[in-house]
Amino acid sequence: MLSISHYLVLSLALFTIGVIGVVTRRNVIIILMSIELILNAVNINLVAFSRLMGSVNGQVFAIFVITDAAAEAAVGLGIIIAFFRNRETVLEDEMDLLKW
Amino acid sequence: MLDSIFFYFFAGLAVVSAILMVTRRNAVHSAIFLVTALLATAGIFLQLHAEFLFIVQVILYVGGIMVLFVFVIMLVNLDVAVRQMRFNRMWVVGLLLTLALGAQVYMVYRYVRMGDAPSLFNMAPAPAAQLEPNTQLIGQALFSDPYVLPFELASILLLVSMIGAVVMAKRKV
Repeated sequence: MLSISHYLVLSLALFTIGVIGVVTRRNVIIILMSIELILNAVNINLVAFSRLMGSVNGQVFAIFVITDAAAEAAVGLGIIIAFFRNRETVLEDEMDLLKW
Repeated sequence: MLDSIFFYFFAGLAVVSAILMVTRRNAVHSAIFLVTALLATAGIFLQLHAEFLFIVQVILYVGGIMVLFVFVIMLVNLDVAVRQMRFNRMWVVGLLLTLALGAQVYMVYRYVRMGDAPSLFNMAPAPAAQLEPNTQLIGQALFSDPYVLPFELASILLLVSMIGAVVMAKRKV
């Protein structure tokens, strides 16, 4: 029988994998993808609690989270393109200047 | 029974492809595994009777955001990045962060489990019929009192991010 803790453990696992990706990878595009994974893990929590409570509010919150993820991906990828045009790299440990 | 089979299938798929996404060297492979993880999450949503979010996840995440990612991976230079070091030297920090997070969640879980009173963790889920015309209920919630202002603000956020993305990616500012 499935309980809420199954979904919480799944969400925690995806969240943790995403955090490890953000902290340890060097490629900025993969860091952005890990952030998408983190937001997705949060959505699983919201939808699981919405199912548990029998209320649709959690799903509405998940829609807002998806909206934020889309906006963040668009702006972040625009910044990466601008950065790559100037510095010819996508590695985060070479991004150590605000101006060049 | 069937519920559990679906859950374990999609959960295993999501976790395995998330791990592969973080560890692959080639960014295109990472993007493909992220697509698999997001589709598995969509399956979890369907198993939780959230049909509208399932469709939104497939169309918006897999169809929209991931296409954007793949486009940008094609725009930046792949051949150089493949030969470079994949991870930085922060894996100790990553490990500690993970352990701290896991210990925190475990402590909360133990704390809630200790009481005899029926807690959140052994509460039976509400009948699925309460969420039944799913799209209709979400639409009504989005356009009724507490959520209508954030809903309109989200459209402004999307407009601002669209302008920001165009300005950032433009050749000459």
